[in-house]
Amino acid sequence: MSEIALEARNLYKVFGKNPNTAVRRLKAGESRAAVADAGTAAVIDASFTVNRGEIFVIMGLSGSGKSTIIRMLNGLHDVTDGTVTVNGDPITGIPSSKLRDIRRDRISMVFQHFALLPHRSVAANVAYPLELKGVPKAERLAKAEEILSLVGLEGQGEKLPSELSGGMQQRVGIARALAADSDILLMDEAFSALDPLIRREMQEQLLELQQKLQKTIVFITHDLNEAMFLGDRIAVMRDGRIVQIGTPEDILMDPANDYVEQFVQDVDRARVLTAANVMERPRPVVPHTAGPRTALRQMRDAYMSATYVVGRDRQLVGVVTDRDAVKLVRNGATTLDSIIKPVLQSVREDDVLMNLFVPAVESPVPLAVTDADGRLVGVIPRVTLLAALGPGPGSTEEITLPLMPMPQAEIDAVLDDGWTADPADAPTTEEVR
Amino acid sequence: MDGFRIPIGSWIESGVDWIKQNLDGLLDVISFVVTFLVDGLTSLLLLPYFFVVIAIAALIAWLVRSWQLAIGTIISFTLIVAMGLWVPAMQTLALVLVAAVIAVLIAVPLGIWSARNATVRAVLKPVLDFMQTMPAFVYLIPAIVFFSIGVVPGLVATVIFALPPGVRLTELGIRGVDSETVEAGQAFGAKPGQILRGIQLPLAMPTILAGINQVIMLALSMAVIAGMAGADGLGKMVVEAISTVNIAKGVEAGLGVVLIAVFLDRVTAALGTLGQNPASLLAVIRRRGAQRQASAASASAPSTQAPVEEKELQNA
Repeated sequence: MSEIALEARNLYKVFGKNPNTAVRRLKAGESRAAVADAGTAAVIDASFTVNRGEIFVIMGLSGSGKSTIIRMLNGLHDVTDGTVTVNGDPITGIPSSKLRDIRRDRISMVFQHFALLPHRSVAANVAYPLELKGVPKAERLAKAEEILSLVGLEGQGEKLPSELSGGMQQRVGIARALAADSDILLMDEAFSALDPLIRREMQEQLLELQQKLQKTIVFITHDLNEAMFLGDRIAVMRDGRIVQIGTPEDILMDPANDYVEQFVQDVDRARVLTAANVMERPRPVVPHTAGPRTALRQMRDAYMSATYVVGRDRQLVGVVTDRDAVKLVRNGATTLDSIIKPVLQSVREDDVLMNLFVPAVESPVPLAVTDADGRLVGVIPRVTLLAALGPGPGSTEEITLPLMPMPQAEIDAVLDDGWTADPADAPTTEEVR
Repeated sequence: MDGFRIPIGSWIESGVDWIKQNLDGLLDVISFVVTFLVDGLTSLLLLPYFFVVIAIAALIAWLVRSWQLAIGTIISFTLIVAMGLWVPAMQTLALVLVAAVIAVLIAVPLGIWSARNATVRAVLKPVLDFMQTMPAFVYLIPAIVFFSIGVVPGLVATVIFALPPGVRLTELGIRGVDSETVEAGQAFGAKPGQILRGIQLPLAMPTILAGINQVIMLALSMAVIAGMAGADGLGKMVVEAISTVNIAKGVEAGLGVVLIAVFLDRVTAALGTLGQNPASLLAVIRRRGAQRQASAASASAPSTQAPVEEKELQNA
């Protein structure tokens, strides 16, 4: 089996009088508005592949053609031009009986408004795809019960859909799609009709389920935060065209055009960007084997008051401060061992920024970032963390260092001079009196 | 303007003549079947003692709606007996029921067809408008030519007149089914027939039943006109009362029509919301059954399932 579960190549969908003429003119380079007399172009030249086991999110505002695209993936809408292949088999231009077989066995769908059958019980709704497959009643109801417990609805099978809350109804919708036992799941704005708290919960549950089941999911949404949270890859659509396809980080850090950039302005970056996206090269880093003089020199050159110490393979060992190192040098010690303190706060590469704020506040030095094996891969100073929350791709590159205070001795010298007096015993106050 | 005259009427007349001459066999068959059905049902309604019929009608009312309607049914039917209108009332009831059944058998499939096919819809719409607005008396003329005086022309005119709301509401109901729900059926690979039977018809049923209710009401309102064509029943009495200016007879016959109309309307309206009438005998029986089941279940495994199931049934 190939890695590609679903492929759409040069999809066009035009509603209206002369769809084929419209497609020909669009291909010749005319704009969507210019061909409006021949028909409404809902999808224009959309190509993408969905890999097995990934969540592919198609995101766009209403009217951008995302719902039309997802309906072309299972043939609910005929394509006007282009091809869709499922596991290498084309589903465009095949007889409707064959298309029905593919829908029954390979692709299932979850709908925005749940689309449950109101006159059937929850269990019968979940068993519906199995009923269409011709599974005997006892068997399909047993399977339905099993899947209901998978989505957290055990014991609710006898109820009618109308007796459940919105979130629970959509769980039934998901359970129904899972009951079909297909590899590919199409989710059309599946959580858009739910209120925000429930939506968040459902998103998390979907990711949990996905970890267990490893389906191939195509998820439609107009909510960029949802897209960023769920998507392994995201396709951003505008006016029927796909304007960018990439990972959430790609889209956030490197928007393809002004439209995407505007769009991602509103994203909660703290929930999308990870430590790895914003971290800087750790500097200075002292090897465990180095002596206090080396450490001190490096700290001085980097204007830092402390430095991380790494062992072999860049394993993070601890942190030393310049004060301790100065003492060691005075004492004539040759190893750092006695002054290495454990690193109290370190974060993993894939932690989202949201989870970095508290550690960053509590850490006296720039926050250490480690990989899965505990190797130091970067550091995040607090300024970097703040800058990463702002819009624009360049915001994490240049950092203005906070203004350094003047050396204390210099200030003291000025104060001791006759120019101004210490306010505590200033003669001016006596004169006034 | 003199001399400018399109003889539409004569064209139709010659068409009617042609049918009369060439399709006589078919007309005879229709006539035979209809007469058989109406006469059969009439004699069935008049066969036992009248209180058996009243009891059955009351039982149906209780079954689908409430005991209050059952009592109302007993009172109004007794009133009909008391006015000495039992035989014509049952003749009218038989005529209306047969006409309604035939109209529904034609209207529902037509409605389904026009819901699924834009061309059929476009053709059917003006035809239905025509059928509904044409004065009902006009249908009687060709009907009498075809079937001669009696119950058959009255019934044919009734069917034609009562048909449109059945077709319209069936179509409306099916097209009103949430498109996402229909898509769900398609997305899981249901065949068109499976979608019709499993999704569209059940979800459109309340609207379709409202259509059937309208068909029955229109059929009843045609009862008087059927009387003009010579069909026995309350309609014939009304016609007689008009021609002899007999107020008493006219009012009594009219009241009979009203009483039957109220009964049929309430019963068929209740059919549309079957299961939502907690006072109906059906709901009571099902609740009892559920309670018994629940108590049996709680005996084996003590739980608080009973109230849940009860609520479920009320919503069923």
